[in-house]
Parts: sequence; C-alpha cells; structure tokens
Amino acid sequence: MRRNKVVGVGAIALTLGLALSACGTTEDDNGGGGGGGEAACDLTLAFFGPETGPAAGLGQPIIQGAQLAIDQYNEDAECEVNYELFDSQGSPDEAPSLATEVAGDESIIGVVGPAFSGESAAAGPIFAEGGVPTVTPSATNPTLADNGWDTFHRALGNDATQGPAAAKYISETIGAEGVFVIDDASEYGAGLAGIVEEDLADTVVGTDTIQAGDTDFSATVTRVNDSGADTVFFGGYYAEATILIGQLRDGGFDGTFVVADGVKDPAYLDAGEAAEGTIITCPCIPATDPGVAEFAEAYEAEFGEEPGTYAAEAYDAANIFLDGIAEGIDNRADMLTFVNEYDEAGVTKQLSFAENGEPSEVHVYAYTVEGGEIVPEGEIS
Amino acid sequence: MEFDYQFLFSNLPELTITGLAFGAIYALIALGYTMVYGVLQLINFAHSEVFMYGTFATLWTVWALTGTGGGVGGIQLLLILLLGLVMAMATSALIALALERVAYRPLIKKDAPRLIALISAIGASFVLAELMGLRDKVTAWVGLDDDLDRYVSGARINQSMASVVNMPDVNIGGLSIKTVDLLVIAAAIAMMVIVDQFVRRSKLGRGIRATAQDQETAALMGVNPTRTIQYTFLIGGLMAGAAAFLYMLKIETTKFDVGFLLGVKAFTAAVLGGIGNLRGALLGGLVLGVAENWGQALFGGEWRHVVAFVLLVVILLFRPTGLLGESLGKARV
Repeated sequence: MRRNKVVGVGAIALTLGLALSACGTTEDDNGGGGGGGEAACDLTLAFFGPETGPAAGLGQPIIQGAQLAIDQYNEDAECEVNYELFDSQGSPDEAPSLATEVAGDESIIGVVGPAFSGESAAAGPIFAEGGVPTVTPSATNPTLADNGWDTFHRALGNDATQGPAAAKYISETIGAEGVFVIDDASEYGAGLAGIVEEDLADTVVGTDTIQAGDTDFSATVTRVNDSGADTVFFGGYYAEATILIGQLRDGGFDGTFVVADGVKDPAYLDAGEAAEGTIITCPCIPATDPGVAEFAEAYEAEFGEEPGTYAAEAYDAANIFLDGIAEGIDNRADMLTFVNEYDEAGVTKQLSFAENGEPSEVHVYAYTVEGGEIVPEGEIS
Repeated sequence: MEFDYQFLFSNLPELTITGLAFGAIYALIALGYTMVYGVLQLINFAHSEVFMYGTFATLWTVWALTGTGGGVGGIQLLLILLLGLVMAMATSALIALALERVAYRPLIKKDAPRLIALISAIGASFVLAELMGLRDKVTAWVGLDDDLDRYVSGARINQSMASVVNMPDVNIGGLSIKTVDLLVIAAAIAMMVIVDQFVRRSKLGRGIRATAQDQETAALMGVNPTRTIQYTFLIGGLMAGAAAFLYMLKIETTKFDVGFLLGVKAFTAAVLGGIGNLRGALLGGLVLGVAENWGQALFGGEWRHVVAFVLLVVILLFRPTGLLGESLGKARV
C-alpha cells in the first residue's frame, strides 16, 4: 500500500499480526502453553506492523479494526483476550527480531499481520518455525504464499488478482484504445504493471519505468503524449503517483489515469485538480458496502472516524482467531488447524483459505477521485 | 535493449528544454559545491540539506499566504512568489552560514585533516535532514505541534503546493513549451552570470579567488580568511535557495529527504563541469539534465541514472578535471 520510505522500496500492503497467547495455567503442551476449559483465559492476540514510523498512517486502521473485534469479544467473555502491538515500523529490518519475540511469547496464540509484504517475507520463516498462525489483512505480494509456510494466511486478494481486475476495468469500463503502462521498478509496482501489460496486450501503446524518489518525469510525459495513449496505468505508490499525475496533466495529457491500492491514500489528493477522475483499484472493501455497514458503524462509534483502508480486513482476521478462542482453543497448533479449516462469513467476504494460505474468495473494487475525495465506485466483476 | 531513435529525434526540442530546465536547477545547487570546494578543497555534503530547507521555506510561505483555499491570482500571486523566493534564499543562506559556523569552522581552526571535515559534513547532513523529517516530534516537545499542525504533520511524506501556480504554455514556432521551464532556465542562467561576474569583478570576489589560490598568502595581503569563507557559504546558500524556489515552482512537491538525490546529481554536475569552476557548474548541470532526458528517451526510464553516471565516468576518463577543468583560483578577470 504505501512505501516504506526508509528503505526506499515500498513494502506493499499492510499486514497485521494478531497473536493470541495461551495463558499457561497448565503445563506446556504443543509449544502453546494451554489452559483447559471452555474458552481459554489469558490469551493474547498480537498486531504485527507499523504503529509508528513513516507508514504509521496505514497501520492505524488495521490496529483499530482488530482492536474493535477484540473489544467486542471481551464485552461478554468471561476471560478477556489481551491485545499486544508489535511495532515493526513497517520495516523488514525490524521484523525478524520482533517476530522472534512474538514466537518466544507462549501466550501469543495468533498474529494479525505482518502488515507489509516486505516485513512479511522477513518474519514469515520465524512464524512458520514457531508455529504462530498469522492472518494478514493487507500484504498483497503474490510470492508470499509460495514459501511453504503453513502458518501464513491472507484475508484479501493478492496483486496477481488485482492486476487482471485493473486490466479488465481499463478495457471494459473505460473502453481504452491505447494504454500506456508505467511502473516504479519496485517489486510491487513492476509486478502489477507487468500483469496489466500482459492482460491488455494489443492495446498497450507504450511502457516506461520511473525511479522511486525521482521527481522530474518530463521525459516520461513526453513519451506518453507521443504514444497517443488515452489511458495511463501506473504501478507504484502514491508518492510518485502524486507528482506524476501533476506533470502528466501539465504536459497536456487528458486521458484516464488508473492506479492500484498503493496509491489509495489521502496524501494522493495533494495533487489537487490533477488527481480528479483518477481510478484506483483495491482489494479493500469500501466502508459504504452494505456488508460492512454494521462494522463501519461500530468502528466509527469507537474511534470517531470512518474505517480506513484494510480496517475491515483486520477485523475479519482478528475474528477468525477469536472464534477459535471461543471454542476453547488454547494453543498454537490447535489454532493453526482451526484457521486452516475455517469457513465462515466475515464482513468482507466468505473467509476460508486454500492450502497455501490464499483466500478462496477474492474481490477487487474500483474507487475514483471525485471532488477531492476517494469515493468507491463498486466491485470489478 | 531497444534504442528508440525515432522517439528521441521526433521529440528532441521538448526533451531538450525539459532537460535544460532540470539541469538549470542542478547547476544552481552545484554552484554551492563548487565554490566551497574551490575555497576550502572540501566537499560540503550538507549542501543538499541547505537546498531542502529552501524548498520548505518556499512551500510554507506559499501556504501561509494563500491560506487553505488557494485561488490567488495576478499581482497578489506574483508578490507571494517573490516573497517565497526571498524566504527560500534567506533560509538557505542562514542554514549554510550555520553549517559553516558549527560543522566546519571549529575544525578548520584546529587545522583538522580534510577527511574529518568531510565526516562532519555527512553528519551535519543527516542531522539537518532528520530534523526536518522529525519536525512533528520536535514541535511536540515544545508543545507547538497543534498550532503548527499544517506545517509539521506528515513530516516524512511528500508535501505539496500543487495547483497554486498555473501558467499558460508558450508557443514558439509550433512547439508548445511550459512557461515554468523557460522561467527556470532563464532565471538560473541569469543568476549564474551575476555570481560569475561578482566573483570575477568585485573586491570580495577577488578575496574569494585569492583565498582559493593560497589562503596564507591571501591572509598576508589583508584578506580575512574567516570572512571570505563565510561569504563563500553565503553565496552558495543563496543560490541553493534560488534553486529550491525554482524547483518548487516546477515540481511543487517536497519531502525531508528530497535533497539526497538532487545533491548527488548536483555534485555530479559540479564534477562534470570541473569542480571549483563556476562556469563549469553551469555547463555540467545543463549537460547532465539534457543527457538524462535524452538517455531516458533512448533507453527507457530505468536507465536514466545509469546514463548520467556513465557520462560522468566517460568524461572524466578523457578530461580528468571535468569539462572546463579550471579551478576557482585560476579564474581570470
């Protein structure tokens, strides 16, 4: 979603970790530490992702989404579930030591996260080794599911599903005749742009790559105008997108600008007039969707703001673990089995996972910038 | 790899002008590197932050005077921009002078090796950049973060003054050119000429050149070295401030670490033209800007930086002292 600026590479999406921990009232078994009984006591769910740092704004809705689920559960639970935040600052460098800490805390039974793809890749092996079940509400790099970590789960569609949806929107809804594809050379941006380019095949009239951190895109603008494209797709983050669209409009490009979830951030609106009409695709459910209405209301009541990007996904992720706790699960091994076999309706979608941890149901939504706001347009189907 | 000659040649005028515009900004920043090097044989790595503070001075001035609504035009906008330029130049000059006082003078006084000053410069660069990147936290300590919210929030992300200035395009011989590009090129060249003439003709400029040639002898002839070094930093800071203003006019967006890449490029431009040489800085900046744009057109965007640095290496291979390769001290009247 947002770039981890320190590294200069964007970590793609947010991942959250909720770790639940078992209470340890009895002997350790299964490396989990368990207390018997109906619903287990003194368990902890962990959030793993940015609470501070450059991407803190993206961590916030996830932290709060999971918080809401836990608060609702605790309201009428005999034994309250604890909620612990592990602040990675969204950085892959911080992730391994934090993940080791999580794995070492026997009371943590599940993780909502990690929030970004970069930190997910770094922390994944440690969680897998420690047997800590994770459900990420935001990390969208497709390769994360290919590592054979049995603890990895994803509560939203990955970039491999977002790309085709974006391509479909461009060819069917916009009816583009000439598409210019730009990427930012990041794992996220280049991957996404590659998929869009492949799917659109003949309608692609040109491609170019920009460098993250660059601010002068005049040569790219010239190239776009020269190609006669009526639509530009940009795979990358909002920092470059904001400047790029400004320079494209200044340069006389008046077609449609299409971007993906990496740009779905209020900071993109800094581009002002130039941003108007931009189409943003995102596997995140709009707060106005009837399915999440109840959640959105509760969220607003508790935090005084509309649910941000991936808050609903985090709420779902936390609820998977909480359902397990309610059933009396008190150790990581049982929780992992529970999550693997989970098949219930969440607020965002029917929640169940394939063998590799990918969600079995995926939705991608289109948003558009209108009147200085990012407004949902509907699902791309 | 495909060479897209056709695209390059059919769009040559446009690519050249946008390249010159960005190159002019490189050149103005390069001036600061080159002057300090000429006088002190020291690479002032913190100069990129001097530029960065200038961009924020422009941004905040424009924000403060246009309010939240924007929509200012005509004479009023012109005055606001003029004030933005003055603020940027003043801020950058102040930062440059502070740098000289805090990070360099104590070392130079003790006759520390140049390497020590270099480390000091890198340290100062980090401190200045992070101070800007942590401005929300810094102001929170003194309890001003609520009053200054607009200016300090989002300290680590891009801040923008987009849609404040909208200038119509100029049409020259059927070629549509952005006014801002022409303005940037003209302003940069004008300022370079002024500085060049100042250093060549004024008494102070003579002092700077004398100190660059031989500090001790110059001191014996009555040139105050400390004062001269101060002026050198001052001029470099003023030009970086002007560059910052022009940059904001063109790009409209800044961030606490914006100086890094531009600093590297400007330093490259200075070396390309011949470090220590004022006219070299101008030539190096313009050549670099155009080469980057042409290179991108020919090879694609991922090669932009590669082209810039390959060009540097090739030129240094044949002209080890840069294109104009003559030092500040040797400049003749």
